[in-house]
Amino acid sequence: MITCTGCALLCEDIEVIIENNSVKETRNACRRGAARIKGCVNRMVPSIDQKPVDIDISLKKAIQILKNAKAPMLFGFGNSTNEAQKKAIQLAKKINAALDDTSSFCQGHLIEKVLHNKFRTCSLDEIRNKADVLVYWGSDAQDSQPRHLSRFSYFPRGELRQRGYEEDRLAIAIDVRESNTAKICKGHFYRIPLKGDREFILALMDALSGKVPTYDPKKMLELAAILKKAEFGVIFAGIGLTYSIKDDIDILVALSDKLPNFHIMPMVGHYNMRGFNENLFNETGFVNRVKFSEGKTIHDDKYSIVEALKENTVDALLVVGSDPVSSLPRSIISHLASIPVICIDPCVTMTSKIAIVNIPCAVSGIESSGTAIRMDGKVVELKKAMASNYPDDENVLKRLLEVI
Amino acid sequence: MPSVMELYQFLPKTNCKKCGESTCMAFAVAILSRKKKISECPPILETSFKKQKDKLESLLLPTAGAEETGMMVHHELCTGCGNCVVACPVDVANDPKGAAVGCAPTNEKVIFKVVDGKVLASNIKECRRFGKNRVLCYACIDPCPTGAIEFV
Ligand code: SF4
Ligand code: SF4
Ligand code: SF4
Ligand code: SF4
Repeated sequence: MITCTGCALLCEDIEVIIENNSVKETRNACRRGAARIKGCVNRMVPSIDQKPVDIDISLKKAIQILKNAKAPMLFGFGNSTNEAQKKAIQLAKKINAALDDTSSFCQGHLIEKVLHNKFRTCSLDEIRNKADVLVYWGSDAQDSQPRHLSRFSYFPRGELRQRGYEEDRLAIAIDVRESNTAKICKGHFYRIPLKGDREFILALMDALSGKVPTYDPKKMLELAAILKKAEFGVIFAGIGLTYSIKDDIDILVALSDKLPNFHIMPMVGHYNMRGFNENLFNETGFVNRVKFSEGKTIHDDKYSIVEALKENTVDALLVVGSDPVSSLPRSIISHLASIPVICIDPCVTMTSKIAIVNIPCAVSGIESSGTAIRMDGKVVELKKAMASNYPDDENVLKRLLEVI
Repeated sequence: MPSVMELYQFLPKTNCKKCGESTCMAFAVAILSRKKKISECPPILETSFKKQKDKLESLLLPTAGAEETGMMVHHELCTGCGNCVVACPVDVANDPKGAAVGCAPTNEKVIFKVVDGKVLASNIKECRRFGKNRVLCYACIDPCPTGAIEFV
């Protein structure tokens, strides 16, 4: 059994059949997971200026770039083990770098609230055993965490939910479109306009307090009645919700105060994004967007990857296990062309195609071991199932750290 | 999926009974429900009926992969989410510690398994739509958001 690193559910029940050091068959992993376990479409090779070189030479070049940089930045880490992330934090400290991750334009705001205990949350196992009302809000779990509904939230039978989804659980979707998850929540899909989450929350809070909401009163009162009856409710806060209320996340805290039986679960995508947030939080008290300066940590929005590139405040970028070129707006990507980019990844990505230095690493969870943090905060062990020609990202970062 | 009438159009329409059915129409019903194969009609194997035979085969092609219960899994639509694995009442009954509670199946008695990211059906005779006491179960169709499971 190995652990799948296809998403932040970190399914631990995956069987693999390995032949000639490659994965021949996967069992129990969803399509997304199976693709991840089977490896890259294009494996990265060590290179400088897109010309293949020995890995040690690419490492040397990376060290030289980072040493010469006055304002380096480290970015990525959603697909890195806890051990690699901790090394990255040390490296950033040592070279006075800015440090940010994908949560910066994803679930960071929400995870920060979780780590500050701003609202009740719970584990996925508790959800399986106890949850009766599930609200998928701005989250298409079926697509982003494909086994979420079958492994934990809706379909399985649990200790207090022996009759399963048919009788013991109710699933609700709130979203701007009828996603695959919403299709499963037949009869309980609330479509909202784009960026309509805030207004929906306010109306729902009115309905919960017995006031007549201004927005769709009939549906709101009906929904409030369902939520009030829940014995163990969960709001699965997806990126759609977080993004839409990112300037006022506290409104979700206020809603959870009105729903004493509810828990909020941030729906994390990349397998160890929550890990990065927790590791950095334990070290500095912040979850992302920091800069280290002679032992001090400065937290500022200008150290988010988006702002830093927009304002041209970085002069070298080290990207680990992430593909900013494909996930950031094009207007920001153009700034990448003017600075040296170093890319550490198992696979060829859009970012590796523009990087000056490419350092390949092993695929964590199949070619290398370590630990990661599941979306609910549980530490999960990743196991190595086969050998790799390349060191894992922890080791690459360790070597950078030792030499610089 | 074709209709009985569509299939009937391409049969010899002589009601010769060589297939063991009393009429060509009855034979059309039989091939549609997969109780009989096209080749069990001797006249249609003759060369003069070649075009009609080909047509019948192409009409029946979409159901060719169907199991005895009529179940078809459209692999290209399946995301391997496992909803059907966990929701099928047979899987729940036969694997209370595995599939029933959302985990990977722990034995070979389950109907659904996910292999290489896609669902594979086996033990199809256990399906509630099969056998004498069959019931029209929808427990694997309803939870599938992509419509990957169909009964034909
Ligand atoms: S749900 Fe996520 S962790 Fe589980 S098998 Fe699919 S991709 Fe992997
Ligand atoms: S054998 Fe063919 S032609 Fe004769 S009755 Fe059956 S279907 Fe009709
Ligand atoms: S529910 Fe549908 S998509 Fe999911 S595993 Fe079953 S057949 Fe595939
Ligand atoms: S029809 Fe019912 S018993 Fe048959 S495979 Fe589907 S869920 Fe299982």
